[in-house]
Amino acid sequence: MFKHFTNLAFVASAAALFASTAHAGKTLDAVKQRGQLVCGVSTGVTGLSQADSSGNWSGLDVDVCRAVAAAVLGDASKVKWVPLTTPQRFTALQSGEIDVLSRNTTWTLSRDASLGLQFTGVTYYDGQAFMVPVKGNVKNPAQLKGASVCVQAGTTAERNLTDFSRANKLGIKPVVFEKQEAVSGAYFAGRCAAITIDASALASMRNNEAKDPKEHVILPTLISKEPLGPAVRRGDDEWAAIVKWVVYGLIEAEEYGITQANVDKVLSESGDPAVLRILGKSEDTGKWLGLDRDWMVKAVKASGNYGEMFERNLGPASSVNLPRGLNSLWSKGGLMFAPPIR
Amino acid sequence: MTIRSPYKRHSWWRSQASRGLLYQALLLSLCLAGVWYLAHNTLLNMSARGIQSGWDFLNDAAGFDIGESVVSYDALDPYWKAFLVGVFNTLRVAVIGVVAATVLGTLLGVGRFSHNAIVRGFCYGYVELFRNVPVLLQLLMWYLLLTEALPSLDQAISFGSIAWLSKSGLILPVPVWEFGHATAGIGMVIGLVAASLYRREAHQHFEASGRQHSMVWLPMAIVAFGGLAGWLVGGAPSTWSIPTVDGFVMNGGASVTPEFLGVLLGLVLYTAAFIAEVVRSGLNAVAHGQSEAAASLGLNRRQAIRLVVLPQAMRVIIPPITSQYLNLTKNSSLAVAIGYPDIVSVANTTLNQTGRAVECVAIIMAVYLTMSLATSTFMNWYNRRAAIKER
Repeated sequence: MFKHFTNLAFVASAAALFASTAHAGKTLDAVKQRGQLVCGVSTGVTGLSQADSSGNWSGLDVDVCRAVAAAVLGDASKVKWVPLTTPQRFTALQSGEIDVLSRNTTWTLSRDASLGLQFTGVTYYDGQAFMVPVKGNVKNPAQLKGASVCVQAGTTAERNLTDFSRANKLGIKPVVFEKQEAVSGAYFAGRCAAITIDASALASMRNNEAKDPKEHVILPTLISKEPLGPAVRRGDDEWAAIVKWVVYGLIEAEEYGITQANVDKVLSESGDPAVLRILGKSEDTGKWLGLDRDWMVKAVKASGNYGEMFERNLGPASSVNLPRGLNSLWSKGGLMFAPPIR
Repeated sequence: MTIRSPYKRHSWWRSQASRGLLYQALLLSLCLAGVWYLAHNTLLNMSARGIQSGWDFLNDAAGFDIGESVVSYDALDPYWKAFLVGVFNTLRVAVIGVVAATVLGTLLGVGRFSHNAIVRGFCYGYVELFRNVPVLLQLLMWYLLLTEALPSLDQAISFGSIAWLSKSGLILPVPVWEFGHATAGIGMVIGLVAASLYRREAHQHFEASGRQHSMVWLPMAIVAFGGLAGWLVGGAPSTWSIPTVDGFVMNGGASVTPEFLGVLLGLVLYTAAFIAEVVRSGLNAVAHGQSEAAASLGLNRRQAIRLVVLPQAMRVIIPPITSQYLNLTKNSSLAVAIGYPDIVSVANTTLNQTGRAVECVAIIMAVYLTMSLATSTFMNWYNRRAAIKER
């Protein structure tokens, strides 16, 4: 009956009751000893984290975990994927069931400060949008006065929708489901006049679930800032630093033109001091993080640089077909800016 | 002078009663220590992990809207009010569901005794079909049917242009609340009192003289008359709020969402199958000789059922039917799967916004426990009333 809750409550209480042996700074040791990184992902959002019919995971969030596994263990395949619903995700991280939560999760103050976890960077700058059927002739979310809008429980989207409805006096009626599949199912069945969630998720939904993607339009108005990124348990600064710097490293790699294909060549031929530092040739950048010297070489080999990850999973060549937009490098007018590795 | 045996004085622990007390006290303190240990350790570990806990969040603004609500609710209201909305939504399904399932289940159960083979076969088929399919699947099926099969709001099925059925639910006209409705209600209450006084009087008269009086129709007429009189006294208000559809918006009237309809249909049809079996077993439990004995006393068939068979069947029916009521209430927590904002759905959202998993799960458990205990307390009282009174 209380399926999700028994899971949740069990995980929460089991962790709180018996896991008092987990000390700060021990996640790295635990991952190495286990020989496996446990990564919390979504139950299926194309382009971010989704399993195919044979159980192979792909997506931007998945590539982040692969890069972390490669940097820490030297093998990108040593990841155990734990698909989590939105209500489960924080409890799973708090309780120690997973090492990293890489699951299209918005970085907010309350989550960062009061849930016993901390965010380690932004891998996707998203915003909340509305998708409506073309035939309804809605051009602007402000036209949704009194409409039913399908939304997922426990997301920032639910609250943004309420704020937006109040600010514009729209009296929108939310229809709330726990699972994303149920939300999109109800919308495509015609229960709601609109569906709202992050623009990236809407794009993937339209491609995968609509009978005809052309019948649905994503309205350009964004009603929120949704910086998505990986999170780790609070209290293990060493582990947080590793995840944070792997993400920064992937962005740095793009900036300096280090790709999955050319990383070995660059390592042996490049004379650029910044590149040699990133790849650990001239300086042992890994030892400050408790990792091997060639941690970035392994990470880039596993997932490619940030730009490659984006193109493969979300870019125009992928089925999601999103423009790079805000997620371009800072040098190209976007927001992706990594502190230097040195 | 009484002689106290030294044996008895020195060894209280040899007395069965005091040893029993000792064991019980020991067991109780062990349980309490266990609970204390778990709670203390949980709190300690949560604070060590930087997870905030406590009930203070209940006074913070909830910040999320709820699709349908019996009481007035605004997103700026505190969390406890959001929980209250969830509790009322759960109660709405549970109360309406219990009443509807009882009526339907009784009809189906009685139908199994019908002389008409088609009715008998239908009731049999219904019970076997609905009680053997998991209730969650039934909820999903009804919800899918309601949202997939019905037309959208702009092409809603019209019932005489005053009520509409569409993917957005059922839209109905409702009377506009006026003073006259309150007086009508008061009139019905007065009618109810008068009717019960009449029934008592009529029963005493019957016991004394053997003359029969109308025990059903006349009392009902008295209640109806009371309501009508109250309505007339209050100025006979007759304004109805007729809904009109404009774009996404429905003006006036009242709406029943497909989520509510789906939950209600699923739970009622499922539970009715079990209640039908309970009713059938109760009627079967009354020996055939009882009806024959009633007939030989000169009671007609209706009197025999009302005065002889039913009172005996009720004793068998009430305890298992209580379990079915409890099941229906608890199964309503599945409503979250089809987007009905019940207590579980509200707690779900709250849990995600505040991260207070332990507290939110505790609230859900307390709500269901309270509802179930209230139901069984009432049903146990009713059971005692219906039980055999030994004189």
